[in-house]
Amino acid sequence: MNSYLNIDHVCITFPTDKGPLNVLNDVDLRVDESEFISLIGHSGCGKSTVLNIVAGLLQASEGGVLLENKEVREPGPDRAVVFQNHSLLPWLSVYDNVRLAVDQVFKRTKSKAERDAWTRHNLELVHMSHALDRKPDEISGGMKQRVGIARALAMEPKVLLMDEPFGALDSLTRTHMQDSLMEIQAELKNTVIMITHDVDEAVLLSDRIIMMTNGPSATIGEILHIDLERPRDRLALAEDPAYNHYRAEVVRFLHERHVGHGSKKQDEQQAPKADAQASVDSDDAAEPKAGLRLAG
Amino acid sequence: MISTLRNQKTFESSTLDAVLNYLSGDRLLALTGNLARNVLVPMAAILVFLMLWKVGAQQVQTSLGELPGPDRVWEQSLALYDEHKAEREREAAFYDRMQVRIDKAIEAGKPAERIEKMQARRYTGTATFFDQIITSLLTVMTGFVIATMIAIPLGIMIGMSQTLYQAFNPIIQLFKPVSPLAWLPLVTMVVSAVYVSDDPWFSKSFLNSAITVTLCCLWPTIINTAVGVSGVNKDLLNVSRVLRLSWLTKTVKIILPSSLPMMFTGMRLSLGIGWMVLIAAEMLAQNPGLGKFVWDEFQNGSSNSLARIMVAVIAIGFIGFLLDRGMLMLQRAVSWDKSMVLR
Repeated sequence: MNSYLNIDHVCITFPTDKGPLNVLNDVDLRVDESEFISLIGHSGCGKSTVLNIVAGLLQASEGGVLLENKEVREPGPDRAVVFQNHSLLPWLSVYDNVRLAVDQVFKRTKSKAERDAWTRHNLELVHMSHALDRKPDEISGGMKQRVGIARALAMEPKVLLMDEPFGALDSLTRTHMQDSLMEIQAELKNTVIMITHDVDEAVLLSDRIIMMTNGPSATIGEILHIDLERPRDRLALAEDPAYNHYRAEVVRFLHERHVGHGSKKQDEQQAPKADAQASVDSDDAAEPKAGLRLAG
Repeated sequence: MISTLRNQKTFESSTLDAVLNYLSGDRLLALTGNLARNVLVPMAAILVFLMLWKVGAQQVQTSLGELPGPDRVWEQSLALYDEHKAEREREAAFYDRMQVRIDKAIEAGKPAERIEKMQARRYTGTATFFDQIITSLLTVMTGFVIATMIAIPLGIMIGMSQTLYQAFNPIIQLFKPVSPLAWLPLVTMVVSAVYVSDDPWFSKSFLNSAITVTLCCLWPTIINTAVGVSGVNKDLLNVSRVLRLSWLTKTVKIILPSSLPMMFTGMRLSLGIGWMVLIAAEMLAQNPGLGKFVWDEFQNGSSNSLARIMVAVIAIGFIGFLLDRGMLMLQRAVSWDKSMVLR
């Protein structure tokens, strides 16, 4: 079957001290061009592993990934990743962080002036033109993530992979970022795979939501098509019965159907909290900034 | 109405209080507090130390008289400075005399060969305490620079490759604790066998000391560089993989900047060790630096020797401190993370 991105019966098993651990079992998904896909599921179910396999950072034990009918074997700029912790180089300015990617991807195809213009254009797209010379440490978390997105967009990827891009942000900043992302998406029509813990975010942004079962041996549980007209407006949608139905579907999948599947204890602990916030609690969402402060 | 007034009054008086407090009491207290902490406390500690030294030294009788107290050490440091000045004056006088003779010889129409020979004559006085400090600094910097040039590339390679790490680790762990005194005889023999030249750039004693310093300086820099390089944030390495950065770009743009703080930590440790090692090496290698000064004074055994050695001890400590501060400033200047606490 020919499709733009084909995640073909992927299994991955990691060797551990207690023997092999089967993290993903038979994950099978076809993604069309310009489609926005969200992956949602409980912590530790292997969402990031799927993303890393598509990125080429991890190799599937069985099955594989085809992008435009070519097998993915190693990481590359055609599958740009927006990391959760922005992963900007702290010693480079905002401009230089994006420029590094631009220089690398377009070193043969664009002149110096064109690369400069392209860098500025992408930072303009995420509304970061005012802070070109700032260092990542001097800007807010939301701004860092904008730069991370600009860096990924600047690579003109065939697939944009986002690993909980807004997970570490406060909710107000997160709404802004989601709106920005929808704007950019309306303009560029990228193919996107995004991991999220936030049910609202998934429904608001996606064409399809892929709900994953709990690990180990996680796989795709259900797929939800979101047939909401674009452009979508979060305030209007809040009253929309269709929107609320989709939202309820996801919440139901996460909190009802999977009690009893996988680790029961974890589900019981998470249920009350998640009901109130309609988001899956994440252990790894608010990971502190990895500091390199090891001076003697 | 009354309550409003009262409120207003409280408001006013509390503002006034705050202003007054700011100007006088608390503020002043804070200022004097800082002053006391930063200046008075260390000064008091130094004073107590000097008193204990003075009293303690009087109790110890050696064959060269009692141990010198701070007063005699101060006296000797002035004496060393005077000797240095006197030596410089003699040197200047020597060159003046030579110039006069050269001028006369030119006037008398002596052959150019002979005049050249006269011009080439150098003053051969004794090295003063300050000359010896310069020699020591040159030696330690030479050894340190050689060590750094070897240790940083090696540390980077070891940090990047698990295999190389496993290959080198036992060797590093084995040689790291070796004392400079164990290296020195070997270095001396190797240098005298290998470094044979009619017109040597360096004296052998200088090379012996510098190489011994190198051998002891290598390890902290290698280890810290390797730790820094292997500790580069995995996400940043993933960025480099996604971008398909070349090995060189990855090293220059990601690995070096990110491991720079650890590298400098290693280099500071190395320089500190190098400076300590140098004194011992100079004593044995007879390199005309501070180590030799201490050894000569010890052999000399005059009544002033102990005080002069004490001057050297303090100078060694002070220079070591300055070297460390210098490295710290360099680290601050090249570090990308200005908020990092360096001490």
